[in-house]
Amino acid sequence: MATTVHEPPKIDSNRKPLKSDSGNGGWRNLVPADGQSRLTQQYAPPPASTGIWVGLAAISMTFAALTSALVVRKGASLDWRHFSLPWILYLNTGVLLASSVTLEIARRRVASYMGGMRSKGTDPAKWLYVTLGLGLVFVAGQYFAWRQLSAQGFYLATNPSSSFFYVLTAAHALHVLGGLGGLTRVIRKLGKTVLRRSTLDATSRYWHFMDVLWVYLLLLLWMKL
Amino acid sequence: MHDMSAHAHVAHHAAPTGFIRKYIFSIDHKVIGKQYYLLALVAVFVGMVLSWLMRLHLGWTNLAIPGLHLLSSNGAPGDVMTPEYYLQLMTMHGTIMVFFVLTTAPFAAFGNYFLPIQVGAEDMPFPHFNMMSFWVTFVAFLVMIASFFAADGPTLGGWTQYVPLSAVGSASGPGQGTGVVLWAASIAIFCVGQLLGSLNFITTTLDMRTKGMSLWRLPLSSWAWFITSIMGLTAFAVLMPACILLILDHVAGTSFFVPSNLVLNDQLVPHSGGSTLLWQHLFWFFGHPEVYIAIVPGMGIVSHVLIANMRRPLLSHRVMVYSMGALAVLSYMVYGHHMFVSGMNPISSIAFSFPTLIITIPSTIIVLIWMGSLYGSRLRINTASLFALGMVSMFISGGVSGFFLAQPSLDIMLHATYFVVGHFHLVMAVAAIFGIFSGTYFWFPKMYGRMMNETLGKIHFWLTFVGTYCIFMPFHYLGLAGNIRRYQAFVDDYLQPLIPVHKFITVAALATGAVQFIFLYNLIHSRFWGDPAPDNPWEATSLEWATPTTPPPFDNFGGNLPVVYHDPYQYGIEGSTGDYVMQNSPEQIHTVRDEA
Repeated sequence: MATTVHEPPKIDSNRKPLKSDSGNGGWRNLVPADGQSRLTQQYAPPPASTGIWVGLAAISMTFAALTSALVVRKGASLDWRHFSLPWILYLNTGVLLASSVTLEIARRRVASYMGGMRSKGTDPAKWLYVTLGLGLVFVAGQYFAWRQLSAQGFYLATNPSSSFFYVLTAAHALHVLGGLGGLTRVIRKLGKTVLRRSTLDATSRYWHFMDVLWVYLLLLLWMKL
Repeated sequence: MHDMSAHAHVAHHAAPTGFIRKYIFSIDHKVIGKQYYLLALVAVFVGMVLSWLMRLHLGWTNLAIPGLHLLSSNGAPGDVMTPEYYLQLMTMHGTIMVFFVLTTAPFAAFGNYFLPIQVGAEDMPFPHFNMMSFWVTFVAFLVMIASFFAADGPTLGGWTQYVPLSAVGSASGPGQGTGVVLWAASIAIFCVGQLLGSLNFITTTLDMRTKGMSLWRLPLSSWAWFITSIMGLTAFAVLMPACILLILDHVAGTSFFVPSNLVLNDQLVPHSGGSTLLWQHLFWFFGHPEVYIAIVPGMGIVSHVLIANMRRPLLSHRVMVYSMGALAVLSYMVYGHHMFVSGMNPISSIAFSFPTLIITIPSTIIVLIWMGSLYGSRLRINTASLFALGMVSMFISGGVSGFFLAQPSLDIMLHATYFVVGHFHLVMAVAAIFGIFSGTYFWFPKMYGRMMNETLGKIHFWLTFVGTYCIFMPFHYLGLAGNIRRYQAFVDDYLQPLIPVHKFITVAALATGAVQFIFLYNLIHSRFWGDPAPDNPWEATSLEWATPTTPPPFDNFGGNLPVVYHDPYQYGIEGSTGDYVMQNSPEQIHTVRDEA
């Protein structure tokens, strides 16, 4: 560096950020702060909300890969055997849809509870437990579906169609178990009143996605198997 | 119900105490970054030794390599490598290098360390997931290494594990039973680790930026890590189910990939009906974005290092970002160029060739921006900038051969020859390694508070630069002469004249490998006994140089998150004091863009 003595930097302690296109604000930065840097900090979305969309994107890619594998495999050879889906799957779908409804009810109860409205006798976690229960019923129902299918002689390796049935339903069930873990965590945090809204939102989003994913898988299996 | 400041959403974790919490199971992104770097260092050493063994065998086929029988008594009876063992070592070389070095070091190591600091955050938003991502990757590495010790050794099907060879089990060769299952399990585990890492990178970039840090004020290295993490998220999520289906074909008797009427060792393979092309589609849908995952962080690092040493920003910051983004988007559309001669519909070849040629456009733009920015600049020459220049050189050299491979008509001759091997080693392996070296020499002072030895660094650079060209340039000649890849010996008449070239390459490879010990020595010696480094030895502008201490404290900024006032590369601004303005300096300056 040269040995000239520089003037001290001009520092304005009341400096506001310049309103320029390089600053914050506008659609470029996903945060409508309109050039005000303080607002950017306030309005940055909670990481859990962004994070869950990222996670759901990855899960979607996984099931997209399995879907394309199914389509290609079906067309690859003449050994695809159709079979009718076990009836319990349709019942299970109803159970999972119901669990989404109960989760939404739970969220409203929890929101009003955390917002300060505490009436006696209403456990804010009650509907969360119902959702948890329905989720467990779903997983159990999937297990029964597998038993039903194997009773008909369709095992994992029997036939490519049955292979995909097991792989897709097992992959989904594993993710549902993960969702149950998330719900349990929410219930525990609620019990210690340290539950953040973003945690509850992220967990619900995940659960509803499992629902939508299941409906998609059911349609896929019904159409292709 | 939002908190007043976004950073409150991260668990304000207190400083860790105890050796285990500080250095082993740490949630500090800096420690995790260093752990990834160490993992990559071990992996690159293993991969390099494997390449030496391969090269020795290629130059001198019946050479007895002392001690080789200890690694595998089946694979190297009397210390002479069997043909199958060559393929097994080759597979492990490729797998370990691509996954555990090229995906780990530029992205997970440097990204984990510097992305949160460059955006002005205390840590990543999901620190426990981050810790898990490292340890999951570590377990994946152990599983991969374990396959060396399987009864008949690791898999021999190449890092691409094409079916049916990889799906029919041990009847198809040593290592094709347990070896494949371990390979696929390791990679599936690796995918999980990468997905957890990508989750953190994306959320950090989108949600954890400090006051004043808009997306366009991010340094180019942060942009590169962000773009790479999006690619990683989508690509690894496809590889994971592919590996699981492969495992099922092995252990569960399914036939996802195993075709009908396959006779192996005079016996009909029991599975049938599978699609062999399906594996290639699934694999390469991951595989092509993967090579961009390997190189884009290097591009970001090189841009960042060159700018600091040129003392001026690039010709166009935004075009560089858009070009890296274009590479990422296009990378999903070109994967079929690995499959031109696979037997897929030739019309698909046209459909993949076209975007492959299009993708050369953003790559070329990136190179031209670098070269145009360098022209007329007075680049400060230090080891970091030398390696950055070297990366540009390697990327151009390796990239040019891609134009030829992109055309199906030429690829018919060049596919599976050494031409391809030369192409990807230069454009991906060596270029990314040079990017890693550049980043190491640049950021070592910040990570450890000590400078690396410049003299040793320059010797390391020049010998490696000349050495890698000596190794990989002849590959193109070999490929054009018809030298098929993945052959363990050259017995055909037309290949005999090429053996002296192979011997030359082997000598160059051994010598260049030996040079890397200079780097290793420099790394270790400087870590403990290097000259103490100032906070900002390169007089750079980005936030990692604005930490209160060097190395940074556990929460990066000592509790006072910086406020960003400037674009990332304000060098040589007229009217400013000094020739650079740090991003968090409240000094008022006037640039074209600042004028409202």
